[in-house]
Amino acid sequence: MNTRARVVVVLIAVLGLCVLGAAARDTVLTAWAAPVAGAPRELKVGVVAFLSGPASGPFGIPSRNAAELWIEKINKEGGIGGARLVPVFTDEAGPADKVVTEFRRLALDEKVNAVIGYISSANCLAVPPVADELKVLTVLADCGTDRVFEEAKHPNVFRTHAHTVIDGVGAARYVLGLKPQVRTVAGINQDYAWGRDSWEVFSRTLKKLKPDVEVVDTLWPKIFAGEYSAEISKLLVNKPDVVFTSFWGGDLVTFSGQARARGLLEQSVVVVNNTGADIKDLAPGTLIGSRGPHAIVSPELERNPLRREFINLYRQKFGLAKNDYIAHGAYHYVQALQGIRAAYEKAIKAAGRWPSPEQVVAAFEHLEFDTPSGHIAMAIGGGHQAIEPAAYAVLKSDPGLGINTFTQIRMFPAKCVNPPDGMKSLDWIDRGFPGAQC
Amino acid sequence: MGPRPRPSPLLPLGALVLFLLAPLVLSGWIVFLLTVAWAKALAVLGVVLLLRGGLLTFGHALYYAAGAYAAGMAVKYLHVREGLALLGLALLAGVGTSALLGLLVARYRGVYFALLNLAFSMVLYGVLLKFYAITGGTDGLGLPAPPLAGLRPVAQSLRLALYDLTLVLAALLIYAAHRFSASPVGYTLRAIRDNEVRVEYMGASVWRTIYVSYVIAGGLASVAGALIGLSVGHITPDLSFWSQSGEFVFVAILGGTGSVLAPVVGSIVFEFVRNYAFELSPYTWQMTLGIVLLVIIFFLPGGLWSLSALARRLPRRGAPPPFRTSPRDGAGAAGARTADQAREPRGGR
Repeated sequence: MNTRARVVVVLIAVLGLCVLGAAARDTVLTAWAAPVAGAPRELKVGVVAFLSGPASGPFGIPSRNAAELWIEKINKEGGIGGARLVPVFTDEAGPADKVVTEFRRLALDEKVNAVIGYISSANCLAVPPVADELKVLTVLADCGTDRVFEEAKHPNVFRTHAHTVIDGVGAARYVLGLKPQVRTVAGINQDYAWGRDSWEVFSRTLKKLKPDVEVVDTLWPKIFAGEYSAEISKLLVNKPDVVFTSFWGGDLVTFSGQARARGLLEQSVVVVNNTGADIKDLAPGTLIGSRGPHAIVSPELERNPLRREFINLYRQKFGLAKNDYIAHGAYHYVQALQGIRAAYEKAIKAAGRWPSPEQVVAAFEHLEFDTPSGHIAMAIGGGHQAIEPAAYAVLKSDPGLGINTFTQIRMFPAKCVNPPDGMKSLDWIDRGFPGAQC
Repeated sequence: MGPRPRPSPLLPLGALVLFLLAPLVLSGWIVFLLTVAWAKALAVLGVVLLLRGGLLTFGHALYYAAGAYAAGMAVKYLHVREGLALLGLALLAGVGTSALLGLLVARYRGVYFALLNLAFSMVLYGVLLKFYAITGGTDGLGLPAPPLAGLRPVAQSLRLALYDLTLVLAALLIYAAHRFSASPVGYTLRAIRDNEVRVEYMGASVWRTIYVSYVIAGGLASVAGALIGLSVGHITPDLSFWSQSGEFVFVAILGGTGSVLAPVVGSIVFEFVRNYAFELSPYTWQMTLGIVLLVIIFFLPGGLWSLSALARRLPRRGAPPPFRTSPRDGAGAAGARTADQAREPRGGR
């Protein structure tokens, strides 16, 4: 009895200290920020990313980490208009009904002011109608599908990173720049929507830019198959000049290792559109993109102070070995936070006080803001979809440092690899890229 | 036939009224959670019906997905908008598919039945995945907010309307399942679990009984799938994945097989546990679910429903218990047996 009573007292004491500590931190942080009139103490942000399952390692956890450290940074700088950002992290894993239920919980139970997240394209299609129904500002943060704003209008939904069209168009232009004499091409992609979309954009662009290119093989191994010797044999027989793949995570590392051992890289140029933290494990000589100017390191990109700050913060908080590159998801989640911050600040400026949700949404449309990935413009999708440049490079082994570095880096400007506002991506490609500024 | 104990309709009806009134006090997301739970309970009910016949299926998501995709395809290609029509089409698809596949799988028992169902559900999963241009692949299909019976409710009342629709439909189908359980075919199904050979000797057709039950279970799951599609607004091939079938078996064991109401209890508890597990520990929610199931199997082998048997024994000793279709078939005992059978095929011991 006595012991139990003591335990209870200790527990209560600990709890009390925690509450006091939290309260003290609150007052310290808001003490020197000048709050805007009508500003709440807190701005709750739901952060949804894969915290379990195969997509958590390459995308989910780095994204969640980046969101956490960037929210801390914003709070240290006084929050948004004096309101502290409070993240609510949840797992994206599970079928669509679970993801939608979870979104509703964030909106109706946690009463978040905004939600950022969604790495899976399926979830980026399932959530927007619900976001509109519940009128919750939602920023899609890493998914690729171009269907979101091309098939429907979603007043409360924004995407602060480019859709996957930049990856395919960028890859095709980069390959043709490096090897103008390409005659044959093959694709090996995971058999799901992202793989299909990636191949569609890449192959269509390549054929449009160089109509005599012949597709000699399209292989669709199952996602997370983890073993590709049969597919590599087929590629070795067909001898394509270029092999395009949209593999990611463990699949990509396995494929790259097997391809290197079997000599595929000596025979064909292998181009990957979706690399990040796995760059350190890939075979030198691979052509890589990282869904925008993210993981690739170039002097031009390093001039961006926000980028240097982000990488330093990430290194301090989560550790980063010399051969580690930060996944694109991490950059994308920071872009989403920067977007929300800029939209609120613009709306505060316009309203002269704390804005209504409608005013924030209005401010977000066609917004431009700076991020660690460069200057972002919400230029298409009626002002709801960002455009970004595409960056590609060739991996080079640096024997001195023992790491992979980048060479022949090329950036394709945002207006070169994105369709103009109001035009569907595939139509844009088929019509020969009208309005492209390369 | 001897006098059957009449189940008291008051308790379930009272519960139904309570659920119908619940949105007045509950927040929107709990109402949504309940919609999902009630809809899924129908698919679980199908699993429970089959479990009563000693048949465990690891592929019931096949009919769940068939229903959802019948509705999704009808919206996309036939431009059907009416929610009730979509539900009808889904039921048709579910009954049609199960009537066809039942011809084959109703001949199998035990692990063969479980795995054959699993195989068919994964075939549908593969088809939904591969026919990317038609089904949208893993990205899935959207199901826009439907008009119901010609009326187009505004956004807020739409959720309420869908909740009420799900509730009423589920109640009707659960009642129908209850009547089925109490029918001669329903009794034959139980007898099959105990001794198939004897049932044949008595002159009843084992194959026909299992076939009919299988088609009913398929129909229930297809309605569940369409209801989920309409309330979630988006469907993906995951609906047909084995883990979805596993979830139905999980919930069936969680609730127990003692009553047709047990799936509802199991389903509601499952959805709440899952969502709160999410809220409390976003990294280890799967483990929380696993621990909950283990605890239930250890301490309540008849599932959550066996709690009701305990509660009932207290006030009215000897009175005919509601929703027991056979005096011998106490919830605890039946559930324990079925739970054992359910574990057997995958136990690998």
